[in-house]
Amino acid sequence: MKKPASNQGMQGLRSEKEKYSIFSLARNSLTYHENWSQAWRSPEPKSEYDTIIIGAGGHGLATAYYLASQHGMRNIAVVDKGWLGGGNTGRNTTIIRSNYMWDESAGIYEHSLKLWEKLSQELNFNTMFSQRGVLTLAHTEHELKEMNRRVEAIRLNGIDSEVLNPNQIKKLVPIIDINPRLRYPVMGGFIQRRGGTARHDAVAWGYARAADSLGVDIIQNCEATGFIIEKGTVKGIQTAKGPIRAKKVGCVVSGHAGVLANLAGFRLPIDSRPLQALVSEPIKPILDTVIMSNSVHMYVSQSDKGEMVFGAGVDSYNSYAQRGSLNIIEGMLAAAVELFPVFSRLRMLRSWGGVVDTCPDASPIISKTPIDNLYFNCGWGTGGFKATPGSGHVFADLIAKDEPNLISAPFSLNRFISGYLIDEHGAAGVAH
Amino acid sequence: MNKQLFRVKDLGQVDRSKPLRFKFDGKFFVGYRGDTLASALLANGIHLVGRSFKYHRPRGILSAGAEEPNALVQVGEGNGTDPNTRATQIKLEDGLIVKSQNRWPSLLLDLGYINNLLHRLLPAGFYYKTFMWPSSWWMRYEYWIRRIAGLGEAPKGADPDRYEKTHAHCDVLIVGGGPAGLSAALAAGKTGARVVLVDEQDSFGGSLNSNTDCTVDEHTTLDWRKRTLAILEGMPEVILLNRTVATGYYDHNFLTLLETVSPGQQNQSEYKTRQRLWKIRAKRVVLATGALERPLVFKDNDRPGIMLSASMRAYLNQYGVSPGNRVLLFTNNDDAYRTAISLKENNIPIAGIVDLREDPTGELVDRIRHEGIALYPGYAIVSTTGHLRIKSVRIMKLNDDGTKVIGNAKDITCDCIGMSGGWNPTVHLFSQSGGKLEWDDKFERFLPKIANQPLISIGACNGTQSLSDCLKDGLKAGAESARATNNKGRAPGTPRVVESKCNDERAIWIIPRENSYKKNGKYFVDFQNDVTASDISLAAREGYRSVEHLKRYTTMGMGTDQGKTSNVTALAILGETLGTTAPNIGHTTFRPPYTPATIGAYAGRNVGALFDPIRTTAMHEHHEEFGAKFEHVSQWMRAWYYPKPNETMQQTINREVKAARDSIGLLDASTLGKIDIKGLDAAEFLNRIYTNSWLKLAPGKARYGLMLKEDGMVMDDGVTTHLNSNHYHMTTTTGGAASVLDWLEEWHQTEWPDLDVYFTSVTEHWAVASICGPNCRSLLAELAPELDLSDEAFPFMTVKEGDVAGIAARIFRISFTGELSFEINVPRRYGLALWQALIEKGEKYDICPYGTEAMHVLRAEKGFIIVGQETDGTVTPHDLGMDWIVSKTKHDFIGKRALSRSDMLKSDRKQLVGLLNENENEVIPEGSQIVEMLQPSPPMAMIGHITSSYYSPNCNRSIAMALIKGGKARIGKTLHIPLKNKTIKVKVTDTLFLDKNKELTDG
Repeated sequence: MKKPASNQGMQGLRSEKEKYSIFSLARNSLTYHENWSQAWRSPEPKSEYDTIIIGAGGHGLATAYYLASQHGMRNIAVVDKGWLGGGNTGRNTTIIRSNYMWDESAGIYEHSLKLWEKLSQELNFNTMFSQRGVLTLAHTEHELKEMNRRVEAIRLNGIDSEVLNPNQIKKLVPIIDINPRLRYPVMGGFIQRRGGTARHDAVAWGYARAADSLGVDIIQNCEATGFIIEKGTVKGIQTAKGPIRAKKVGCVVSGHAGVLANLAGFRLPIDSRPLQALVSEPIKPILDTVIMSNSVHMYVSQSDKGEMVFGAGVDSYNSYAQRGSLNIIEGMLAAAVELFPVFSRLRMLRSWGGVVDTCPDASPIISKTPIDNLYFNCGWGTGGFKATPGSGHVFADLIAKDEPNLISAPFSLNRFISGYLIDEHGAAGVAH
Repeated sequence: MNKQLFRVKDLGQVDRSKPLRFKFDGKFFVGYRGDTLASALLANGIHLVGRSFKYHRPRGILSAGAEEPNALVQVGEGNGTDPNTRATQIKLEDGLIVKSQNRWPSLLLDLGYINNLLHRLLPAGFYYKTFMWPSSWWMRYEYWIRRIAGLGEAPKGADPDRYEKTHAHCDVLIVGGGPAGLSAALAAGKTGARVVLVDEQDSFGGSLNSNTDCTVDEHTTLDWRKRTLAILEGMPEVILLNRTVATGYYDHNFLTLLETVSPGQQNQSEYKTRQRLWKIRAKRVVLATGALERPLVFKDNDRPGIMLSASMRAYLNQYGVSPGNRVLLFTNNDDAYRTAISLKENNIPIAGIVDLREDPTGELVDRIRHEGIALYPGYAIVSTTGHLRIKSVRIMKLNDDGTKVIGNAKDITCDCIGMSGGWNPTVHLFSQSGGKLEWDDKFERFLPKIANQPLISIGACNGTQSLSDCLKDGLKAGAESARATNNKGRAPGTPRVVESKCNDERAIWIIPRENSYKKNGKYFVDFQNDVTASDISLAAREGYRSVEHLKRYTTMGMGTDQGKTSNVTALAILGETLGTTAPNIGHTTFRPPYTPATIGAYAGRNVGALFDPIRTTAMHEHHEEFGAKFEHVSQWMRAWYYPKPNETMQQTINREVKAARDSIGLLDASTLGKIDIKGLDAAEFLNRIYTNSWLKLAPGKARYGLMLKEDGMVMDDGVTTHLNSNHYHMTTTTGGAASVLDWLEEWHQTEWPDLDVYFTSVTEHWAVASICGPNCRSLLAELAPELDLSDEAFPFMTVKEGDVAGIAARIFRISFTGELSFEINVPRRYGLALWQALIEKGEKYDICPYGTEAMHVLRAEKGFIIVGQETDGTVTPHDLGMDWIVSKTKHDFIGKRALSRSDMLKSDRKQLVGLLNENENEVIPEGSQIVEMLQPSPPMAMIGHITSSYYSPNCNRSIAMALIKGGKARIGKTLHIPLKNKTIKVKVTDTLFLDKNKELTDG
């Protein structure tokens, strides 16, 4: 039994991966699945890279993957203080949509959604992107009018959305209570049918495997402890495993972005707060669509495993602890039962928390920084998962060209100086 | 009918005078009061209860408690049904209806078992590697995957039961009512401390109920338990909560307890509570949560009939149930010997004891040898047979280091197995509290090490094994915790315990294969999710090496049992695979809840009518009488419009809007936020909060103000009045009342604590009737004959106090319509009287109550904004054309710096303008988007949107306001609104639609 699966001999080598398919599964079943190659290596860091990405979450791994696949870079490392995909990538409620109101947001999220639609095939890893639709409910006259504004904007941006009346909603979601005498009756809603969910871990693993096979070194358990900055230009990073030099450094660490910015000597307009989520025990399918509600403050979907996945708003207090307060859970579950009375007898199975990094305007930062060749991608707040491919894609572009493209340009740090804010608070009434 | 062939005569604590009839999968059975569903099924010889999640393998009852991974059933029918309920924790009751789940068509014959036959194709994480072709088919595959997955079924309708919440404080909270917990309660209780003792089981006692082979102070364990409970029940400050799970351990010794008040499945009586969520803050916590026995990992170790050794003993001694007719024990420690002795004492045939240890010694072993029970030391089970129930096992001798089996195999028939792989202390709550765990090499387990809250772990959850030590630790911990909370008193003396000593174990995490070339058979680690030892090795080989990766890749520990019987074993196996040890692997984070907890209990009573309060004004009764339609405005119900019979909504609005300008309109304005502000620095404070100047506002005068966020965007607006020196009355929007008060408090408390100013919400203290229109002065004069209402005596933007209709009132001459208008504020309890007086005296003027919709039209005719409609958090005062309200001379105000940033000064910002469409009768939908260049189809560039849009009966046409990029420069130009099925052409205007010459005095 004792067969250490060490791989010291493979350091720095580009690893050829066996293509995943039903045929390779069948072939490997003949050898009791003992010959599968590693999804990624665990190399020791080299002394220097062209680019280092700090943070092996979905966004960071995607950035490394696109740097390698789109920009031909090969000498790339991704470092993480823990395990890849161990942060918010694996702690969210996996909702994906692009039905944002502002043009700038629609730009990045739609770019992302289009990448999602081809991601499993591109990575040869089933990310289980499931376009089961994301339905946002309206419960008051005011919300109906707000919804109209949003729907019209989405439509004119060429993104799919569809308005549903309560009866159409009931047909789509039979377990919802549309009694007009409810405290917050379901008065209507709009659905993005191309939206849905994905398997969050698979996204990190898929990008990690694909990046690794293009030669990217993913160095886990290697905390970045500082930056090597010479004459206003970043030259590398200090890590738990010693200094690593690099021509460019990209930082994608969500909740700890402020901490790293501090190490680089500047400040970010970011608040870090706990965001909680929970799942019920698995049950047979009762909910095919992702449901979001602002007035009845929560969102919910059912995972392929059968668990109901719940989320709501962030905790009120700033914290780096991945745990939140009970009152948030109580509010979330009261809202869930209010909309879906059949949830009452289900049981909460697991709850957890992540640390989200929120900007004053609830929009992300994809930007150059006061330090040359140091780039930050952060501030995704409660909505980062859905942006994973798009964020990585445009961040790779920014790092490779040292110039933002049309999609990422509005999200520069400079907007907090010029005042060009992209206020998505309306869109993020509940976290998502 | 009442066969219960496996009930042992005169043993256990069930009440044999109370037979209970229950139905499992359509067949009737009988058990006794005091049974769990599991014990009653076993008494009837039923082990097969469920099917596993992935392979749909037949599964039996593994345990006797919360750790049960297999025996999950659907309890009850209709809206009160509960899926995924552990049979081991269901209290048996008469008429209970239970069904097995996750099988089709039946438990005995389940088509899902095909997954087991295809298992070679379905290793851990197989779904990440396939279902990708053709690319558009994932959702088709997924459709079937979803149907095969899931366990039980959700109820079809609303929960008939009720849940409550309660708060409590105590000196000492003791979690776990076994020997350690009971003695801790005894010691703490004796000091007079406020003690809460909770236990998840129906009865207190824990292992005292089943380990009946010991004595305490010459009493049987059951007697000692009974005596102790009697003493505790006599202590007024001690609360005993059975059937109560401590689900979560939060910061500052705050815990949640979930008490099952009525264990019955359907408590449809309206006044009965099913469960109660306790939110408890304890000065000290004593964790006496016990330990959970580990299964052994051997080939096909999941067959029905294979159970945990101590659980087998519990069924026997506590419920009087024999597990089978020929019992085999398989162990790596002394626990199975205790089970064997209990079985022997009750004449249940024992096929033997297979012990991984080469040379087990000690009094328990001696006794087994003495009894002549077959003992196989240094042996291991290498395979099992039996599809729906274990039939036989094959055993072989282990080599010295336990890595191989050697010699000749021996087959043993049996119909059940009691296995013991050692014990895992229940450290869940300790870890939830933030405590650090430490790996104990000797017994291969995690133990509590460093606590970071005021708590103490005792008994088996702290690694203590013997009963005497548990009792001793309990007494000490109870007394110390009580003393730490200022209760004095001496702990009772330590009782004398007679018990057998237990010796060390031999940890072999995976029993070696009989033949290392034949790799068939499954070595289950996580029974519920069907995670096998080879799945763990596969994950490690593929690079999923952290516990988090292992858990997520294999779904290990993610079932409804939360890995209680499997997590530590999995870590150890992962450690072995990677050539390291479990402590180097670490463990996943323990998080609430300890066991799955009813969602309804967390929702509590905050559902239905109590989900969110509905606020109504003092005049609500009248609005209802008048047939008003209401709209929800934040928590308020506001009169929206007052239709007369046969009127359309538009006709009503038109009538109301006309009346307000032609004679008198009457509006219930009570919902506006009202904040009473006092203090020497009140004016200075307002000056910093609002954009305009407040230092020179004389007493008796009112002023309109805008407040901005730090980013320069409009946050709220309202009129604030200087009542008399250093006393102000602020009004806010209806929706902004609470957030503005928060805002004021935040700035005062965190930034300007030096300012002498106080805020009090008085929104609900005042009822407000607003009258407007040319005749309103005459009406008010009739009701307030003592007041001089002339323009000179009572000019616009001033306040007066005086009696209106005999009620002491504050009257503000302010206007939101542009018409002459008075807002009459009276104490809430006089609101209705004031309203009725106005209606009565106003009759001759055809006074017309109008609702929020007419109010919106009236203000829009004058181009007045509504915060939240014309603004959305991205709009500055300049964007609204309200430059006049932003002081250029003030040193500072919130948002001032932001307003000077480069993007805020640009001329192409979105600016508020008016829009008129060609068709004067057509009202453009609010929210519609505006474009300059029409395209045949989307996408097309939007330059703004409609913020307000109405038919104005005073203008005799439709009017609209919009925020448009560079709007001011576009006045006079034509733009387009492309709706889904038509396009509307609009002309840009200013926002003053009525009274262009500004003849109206008030506005």
